[in-house]
Amino acid sequence: MPASCFQPREQTHRTSLAAIRTKAATRDRRFKYVLVAPSIFVLLLIGIFPLIYLIVVSFQNITMTDMDTSFQGLLNYRQMVNDTRMWQALLHTVIFTAIALPIELVLGLAMAQLFIDRIPGRQVFVALLVLPVVISPIVAGATWSLMFDNRFGPINQIIGWLIGGEATILWTINPNLVYPAILVAEVWQWTPFMFLLLLAALSAVDKSQLEAASIDGAGWWRTFFRIVLPAIWPVMAIAILIRGLDLFRLFDIVWALTRGGPGTMTETISIFAYVKGFQQFDTSFTAAVALMIIVLLSIVVMAALKRVELAR
Amino acid sequence: MNLRQRRRLKLILRLAAAIAITAFFLFPIYWLFMISFKTPEEIFAFPPKWWPGQIQFDNYEVLFKDGDAKTVGNSLVVASVSTVLAMFLGTLCAYSLARFRTGGENLANWIISQRMVPPIAVVFPIFLLYVWLKLVDTYVGLILLYTAFNLPYVIWMMRGYINDIPKALEESALVDGCTRWQVLWKVVFPMCRAGLFATAIFTFVFAWNDFIFALVLTRTEVSTYTVQVTHYFGGQSNFWAKISAMSVLGTLPIFIVVGFMQRYLVRGISLGAVKG
Repeated sequence: MPASCFQPREQTHRTSLAAIRTKAATRDRRFKYVLVAPSIFVLLLIGIFPLIYLIVVSFQNITMTDMDTSFQGLLNYRQMVNDTRMWQALLHTVIFTAIALPIELVLGLAMAQLFIDRIPGRQVFVALLVLPVVISPIVAGATWSLMFDNRFGPINQIIGWLIGGEATILWTINPNLVYPAILVAEVWQWTPFMFLLLLAALSAVDKSQLEAASIDGAGWWRTFFRIVLPAIWPVMAIAILIRGLDLFRLFDIVWALTRGGPGTMTETISIFAYVKGFQQFDTSFTAAVALMIIVLLSIVVMAALKRVELAR
Repeated sequence: MNLRQRRRLKLILRLAAAIAITAFFLFPIYWLFMISFKTPEEIFAFPPKWWPGQIQFDNYEVLFKDGDAKTVGNSLVVASVSTVLAMFLGTLCAYSLARFRTGGENLANWIISQRMVPPIAVVFPIFLLYVWLKLVDTYVGLILLYTAFNLPYVIWMMRGYINDIPKALEESALVDGCTRWQVLWKVVFPMCRAGLFATAIFTFVFAWNDFIFALVLTRTEVSTYTVQVTHYFGGQSNFWAKISAMSVLGTLPIFIVVGFMQRYLVRGISLGAVKG
């Protein structure tokens, strides 16, 4: 910070108005960059520099046993395209997202509809319902692995009551049940997120429009699609964007429940990259995968930000 | 049935639905907390018992005796220090973005897009870099990464809160002879105190709850509580008493903190898009 900025204002009052303006303008310009600089520096340090390093490594052939730093061209990218396990991991991620996102959205909307009208103890209900959202996802996954335990968990116990016998369902091991199990945990944690945002959006819908529609004799569905949905759409789009991106990087809950298993059945792209990079030490290959993820996501995010009004 | 009775019935049905839904969402949390108070015999009782015979804290005592509870301390250190750093740097940057439109929408969009990239893709090159710099399993390394990861969130949120402050106040302070820095300290920060506080809380929660960065970048010295929880998962049997007690140690502070932040919750988790 140059000393001139701390000079008393009285001095400038003597100079002409135009001079004050230009002086203030240059001062502001310097000031605004001084404020931005440290943050941009940190972001570049942790964002751009590793990105460049990632690109370099992805063209080499570093593995656990081999520190081969010679350039291999597109070797890792060819290997990646031909890696069926990677495509499957990508597919699993898409499946989780495609199932969990609509369920969370519809359940969250239904819950928001339930709580939008006056209901005794509404604030207490809402305060309690948000709790899953703020739990660490890894703890949420651990909690559900307690719930799903075949012998000491309450879920099999409840099913046992319903069928009138002993239920010994292996939720996190049986290939047919791992997806439902993970999805239940995921939906449990994030439906309240949708609920909160949509409740806020619904409260902001113009009441007089709803009254006018009801006077005109419009039914509930018609009112919903013609008036409510367009009104809450901006918020809904943001909720879908945030959750969609979160689901694409799904890691913690799956890690706690199945570690991607049985086999690689529930392996998401994040788990795949983790296993390749930190358990098999396929460094250059993982760099190529990480780069692919970054490029893919950046395109999606940039396109989405153009369409969605994320804060003014 | 007349109209009044019908309305009453509808309200009762709605209330019943509300209670059922809330019970569904709270039950797993109850189960987690309840297990942490059970004795080992009660945890491995069949059929499972839905409440502990008595509230006892042996499971917690073990964590403190074995030194595992230190990981909660590690979480506290890295989350607090990185929150303070990110708040300081981020708020200054946000002020510039909000008031001078520095870099226009492109810079703002680039900053927020930095947050949306999957952590695994970010942490992999960071890990390679840290190995080289010998920053793996150090406080500095973890704090630096959390600071950088939370910066976009802080900048984005604080930009919103600063935009909410009327510009006229700052202008009159400038006319009265305040420097730009004085305006920041004496007008802007006090005016958005609530926003600063709320943003700091959420920044803290994000760092506190993180698992993947800590999993990759810590070994033994600075592992956080989330990493410690996963250490209790075994191939054959899980150390349930420890899993639940450690999870509660990590979750209870968050519940308490967020309980005070209800008003800001919606804005905080929607990246500022919904003012709530």
